[in-house]
Amino acid sequence: MRTRTDRRKWADALNGYLFISPWLIIFIIFSLISLGYAVYLSFTEYNLLRPPRWWGLEGYQRVLEDELFISKALPNTFKYVLIVVPIQTFLSLVLAFAMDQNLRFQRFFRTIFYLPSVTSSVVISLIFIWIFAPQGIFNQITGLTVNWLDDPRTAFYVIMGMNIFTTSGTLMLIFLAGLQDIPLAVYEAAEIDGANGLQKFFYITVPMLRPVIFFVVTVGVIGCFQVFDQIFVMTNGGPLDSTTTITYLIYKWAFRDTRIQMGQASALAVILTLIILAVTLLQRRVIEGSGSGAER
Amino acid sequence: MAVTTSSPQAQVYARTVFFDRLRKYLFFAMLAFWAALSVAPLYFTLVFSFKPVADIYTPPIWAPIPFTLDNYATILGTFQLFPRWVWNSVFISVIVTIFRVLFCAMAGYAFARIEFPLKSFWFNLLLISMMMPGVVTLIPSFLIIGPGLIRGGLALGDLRIPTGFGLIDNPWGVILPGVADAFGVFMMTQFYKSFPKELEEAAMMDGSGRWGTFFRIVLPISQTQLITLALLTFQGAWNNFMWPLLVLRSPEQFTLPIGLQWFRGEYYTLYSVILAGSIFNTLPILIIFFVFQQYFVRSIAATGSKEG
Repeated sequence: MRTRTDRRKWADALNGYLFISPWLIIFIIFSLISLGYAVYLSFTEYNLLRPPRWWGLEGYQRVLEDELFISKALPNTFKYVLIVVPIQTFLSLVLAFAMDQNLRFQRFFRTIFYLPSVTSSVVISLIFIWIFAPQGIFNQITGLTVNWLDDPRTAFYVIMGMNIFTTSGTLMLIFLAGLQDIPLAVYEAAEIDGANGLQKFFYITVPMLRPVIFFVVTVGVIGCFQVFDQIFVMTNGGPLDSTTTITYLIYKWAFRDTRIQMGQASALAVILTLIILAVTLLQRRVIEGSGSGAER
Repeated sequence: MAVTTSSPQAQVYARTVFFDRLRKYLFFAMLAFWAALSVAPLYFTLVFSFKPVADIYTPPIWAPIPFTLDNYATILGTFQLFPRWVWNSVFISVIVTIFRVLFCAMAGYAFARIEFPLKSFWFNLLLISMMMPGVVTLIPSFLIIGPGLIRGGLALGDLRIPTGFGLIDNPWGVILPGVADAFGVFMMTQFYKSFPKELEEAAMMDGSGRWGTFFRIVLPISQTQLITLALLTFQGAWNNFMWPLLVLRSPEQFTLPIGLQWFRGEYYTLYSVILAGSIFNTLPILIIFFVFQQYFVRSIAATGSKEG
């Protein structure tokens, strides 16, 4: 009997590892080893031509003294996150709330709202370049003559607006699913107590959705800190570096500059990871700390 | 619906009805406005893809006047690279989807059902890795796919073990890192955990082993979930930009997004052709989206409520 259970155990162990092995191999190579090597590279000077040369914290120091990082990429990235995340979260929440009330057209709107999210980031960027060209459709409709993407005062906001536009549909669907989980009885009880629509929204909907809000904000923060595609396609970090973000800078240093600096780029990648980690934890405390939170 | 509140006074009731209706109209107007905004860019793209190249900024903006099929003719006939890009995109996306769905289902099943040493250790690592931003592994992953972490390979006595796959400018270099990922495994694990065991146990009793049970019983009954994961994966692979941008170098190897971006750099004046190409990139996903809509909605709803 004992040998049988033993054999069963061995078979399970073997099968378990065989089942996870494809994922495990990819995970070890492209996550574990990659992460370890990224940390190692961040302490070296590496330009692909000669082997990495250890230079300790020099790379980090160079990043922190880099003019482009300190005065452009860092503030730009934070500005981007601080503007895009709240707007897209609030907008998609309001849209989801509105949709939850109009049951009749829900399917139709759901489909339409999701359209921008299905389109690839490159294609939507190419379309926006054309729409916001000096003689483009946007200026034609509004009668303005702004050169949106060539003006350092406006280019970044066009990109922000575009990303709010493309992600809100997906986030709205996430909120809608969360809204439909809230029992109707809670709203009815509030109505009997005389709560109006706005009160219901802020005292029932928002607190009950806290876990979903946390999820949406987290996904938003992680995504926005790494914004790249749209910037690469639309402005290449310009005009006058007004749209250079941290991820774009990492790309630029590691792959694009005439002097490739993979070590310094890795140092910046590690810094970005730490920033994202810190912001995510902070944000979790803020969202979970205020009020008791909904039970889950 | 909302007007179920039973109020004794008719006056109050009438006011409630009035405000209810007003609110409904306001909400509806808001939804309609956002719907119009959501459709607008694609609509304009479609319109101008049917207008001559010279009319790229010329009104009317609402209808394709004058009408032409030239841009599509350019894509499909004159410019040989476009069909290539479409094919590359299809090839990469389909291969990634097939492998990723299979591998994630296998790993998810093992994490949910099989007891093996260090199981919770690996699963926790998986959860942590989901929080890790992709940028941080970008440079090493590029080195691993391409020239290798160590030039000339890892020396082991006389043996030199290569540390890179040498797959730069090769579609497999795009495919390889995408064939399994933490999110997919997590999603399948959660699914199999919430799934009744009885059927599998009956099959195991009948003497089919783990593998037989998995392929004959488990995979077929988790069809819906597999389709959901497949759709998410296909969409992601089809639209992927940063990774193929690094790996693929020669225009013949480009995927459609990389190709379109490159095309814009080379032929800036042919923007109508770019718009027609954009339609080509968007259309397959749109069709898939309309056909499998409920799966998309499910998958998104699932991501929110499960991790929340």
